[in-house]
Amino acid sequence: MKQIHTVLCSLLIMLLLSSPALAETPDVEDIVNKANLASYYTGDDGRADVSMTITDKQNRIRKREFVILRKDRENGGEQLFFVYFKKPSDVRKMVFMVHKHVDRDDDRWLYLPALDLVKRIAASDKRTSFVGSNYLYEDVSGRRIDADSHELVEETDAFYVVKNIPKNPDTVEFSSYTVWIDKKTFLPMKTVYLDKNGRKYRIVEALEVQIFDGMPTVTISKATDLAAGSSTLAEFKAIRYDIGLEDNIFTERYLRRPPREVRK
Amino acid sequence: MTAKFLPVILPGAVLLLTCLQPLPAQTGQAASVIDHLYDSYGLELAGFSETRWGARLVQDADEMDMSIGEGRLQLELNRDFEQFMVTFKGDLIGDAVLEEIAGTVRDFSVFFTPADNIDVKLGRMVSTWGTGDLVFINDMFPKDWQSFFIGRNDEYLKQASNIIKTSLFAGEYALDLVYTPLFQGSEYVRGERLSYYNPVAGKIVGRNRILDDDKPEHWFSDAEIAARFSRRFGGVEVALYGYLGFWQEPEGMNPTTGAATYPRLNVWGGSFRSPLLGGIGNLEVGYYDSIQDADGSDPFIRPSELRILAGFEKELAHELTGGFQYYLEKIDKYDTYEQVVPATMHVRDEYRQMLTLRLNKLLLDQNLIMSLFVYYSPTDNDGYARPGFSYKLNDDWRLDGGCNLFWGEHEYTFWGRFQNNTNMYVGIRYSF
Repeated sequence: MKQIHTVLCSLLIMLLLSSPALAETPDVEDIVNKANLASYYTGDDGRADVSMTITDKQNRIRKREFVILRKDRENGGEQLFFVYFKKPSDVRKMVFMVHKHVDRDDDRWLYLPALDLVKRIAASDKRTSFVGSNYLYEDVSGRRIDADSHELVEETDAFYVVKNIPKNPDTVEFSSYTVWIDKKTFLPMKTVYLDKNGRKYRIVEALEVQIFDGMPTVTISKATDLAAGSSTLAEFKAIRYDIGLEDNIFTERYLRRPPREVRK
Repeated sequence: MTAKFLPVILPGAVLLLTCLQPLPAQTGQAASVIDHLYDSYGLELAGFSETRWGARLVQDADEMDMSIGEGRLQLELNRDFEQFMVTFKGDLIGDAVLEEIAGTVRDFSVFFTPADNIDVKLGRMVSTWGTGDLVFINDMFPKDWQSFFIGRNDEYLKQASNIIKTSLFAGEYALDLVYTPLFQGSEYVRGERLSYYNPVAGKIVGRNRILDDDKPEHWFSDAEIAARFSRRFGGVEVALYGYLGFWQEPEGMNPTTGAATYPRLNVWGGSFRSPLLGGIGNLEVGYYDSIQDADGSDPFIRPSELRILAGFEKELAHELTGGFQYYLEKIDKYDTYEQVVPATMHVRDEYRQMLTLRLNKLLLDQNLIMSLFVYYSPTDNDGYARPGFSYKLNDDWRLDGGCNLFWGEHEYTFWGRFQNNTNMYVGIRYSF
């Protein structure tokens, strides 16, 4: 009888100790979903002026300036992107447009103003550098959540630490990546990629977060390629959300004549 | 000898001046001029200066050894007046091959939106549509093949022309109408810069026999109308095209004067472009109705043709893109054509087939582009290859170069006629 009592007591104590923690820690899929929404689906649409500073191993600097417009078709689902280049001069007025899909390859277009040419681009490899920077196409428009399996490896006062392992390792250059997700904002503050040999080779980190219309947003971010010795600093300015972008802005019409939203 | 290089001095001097720019303080000043124009007058200024040199790799007694030698300055000015937008883009060229200084206007246009679903662009500008990669069926806007063949930047393949372009939008549908009040035509190889096969002479000729043409010259009566009706179904783009005008190159001959003429031409076609097997597939067809020779019995006018193009482009490996196209040209009413061709002229095949291959590789953080484009015709046994590179030294400076290689079993075929023009070139450009 006494033994049973002891067992019950210890079970109770265990339950009491563990249950609050269980209740507070959301499911890892839930964390990843929230992080995806916080970083790629803020508001129903948005715009930002982006400047990228690319520094290579020899400390040579290259700059890119562009305006990015985004509209969500569905929260967590299809999205439309319009990227209007301003600098350097040789890519000025070029437009890169993406219709991001969940169930199939994205549709991508490139407009070359000197030829008045609207080109379609095959979108198979998303692990390709975006405009020669240390950001990849997937960093810009987001990686599909179901492309990786997720594991909550640690929880600190400030972060959920989630390890992600690709389901199709042959299609990517990393073996896994670990993300430090801010517990309050659900913004990924730091992502560390391991190569096929398990060595750390790439880091993407948020250096500054500001709040716009109540929505926390990364305003300075940095991507570092440890293997190549290069890095890119991305700064986001003139950020606005829910500006009422219409679907038709993301069509061939506006490739040939950029909308007011990017000209100013 | 020195006089020959004089025309290059002016743009060359601009380039030299810009060469001295990279000092941070001075680039700062240049940037501040551009900023000042924008801040004070709302004027956007951009452009480049470049120099470009090339040499013929095949001896041609009737042409210069230098295939290209020029300095070029391009200036672009934009002003955005809320209700409309004005653009000017012009080039100043010092040309050592033709020994002249020339200016061309690439864009001088006004854009406005008279109603929510209408866009109008009026003036001089470059226009492009269709799905082909360096093969054009329904794009009847003027080209400049000569620039393309001597190694000028790709943008010069398209010529600007004086047009009114009106676009109407309704839901997923778009209708573009382009009215050209006076026919312009493409810049083609006529002998002054590049040699070609002259069917009357029966051999390859150059500066000794510069082709003289009789261009339509009456405003409004020698006009062109081009239309495109298009729609997108998700990722699939479908379009119908119509064109009323002229052959873009002199495809006719006046039998009494011997002058090359531009017969009237109507083109009807369609295109389809869609994601396919992890890449992009395209299909385009066009019927070239040579209306001044409707029954195909006039030996001095190019007969009607059916043209078909099918293509596929895909990323083959990391930062390596490959493209492949099949092109077919079929002469309509071939039996009649065959009978009327004069005995002195070479009889064309009923079917002309052509394959194209594109390979594009990005290297060194995408700062170096290695590219290859090949046209090859198994039926004519001729071709044209364009290997090239483009290297961005930094954000402002770019070095590029390449070859234009022509070959052919016969001198009278499409690519074979240019076989004495194989050349290589190099260029350096400063953009601001």
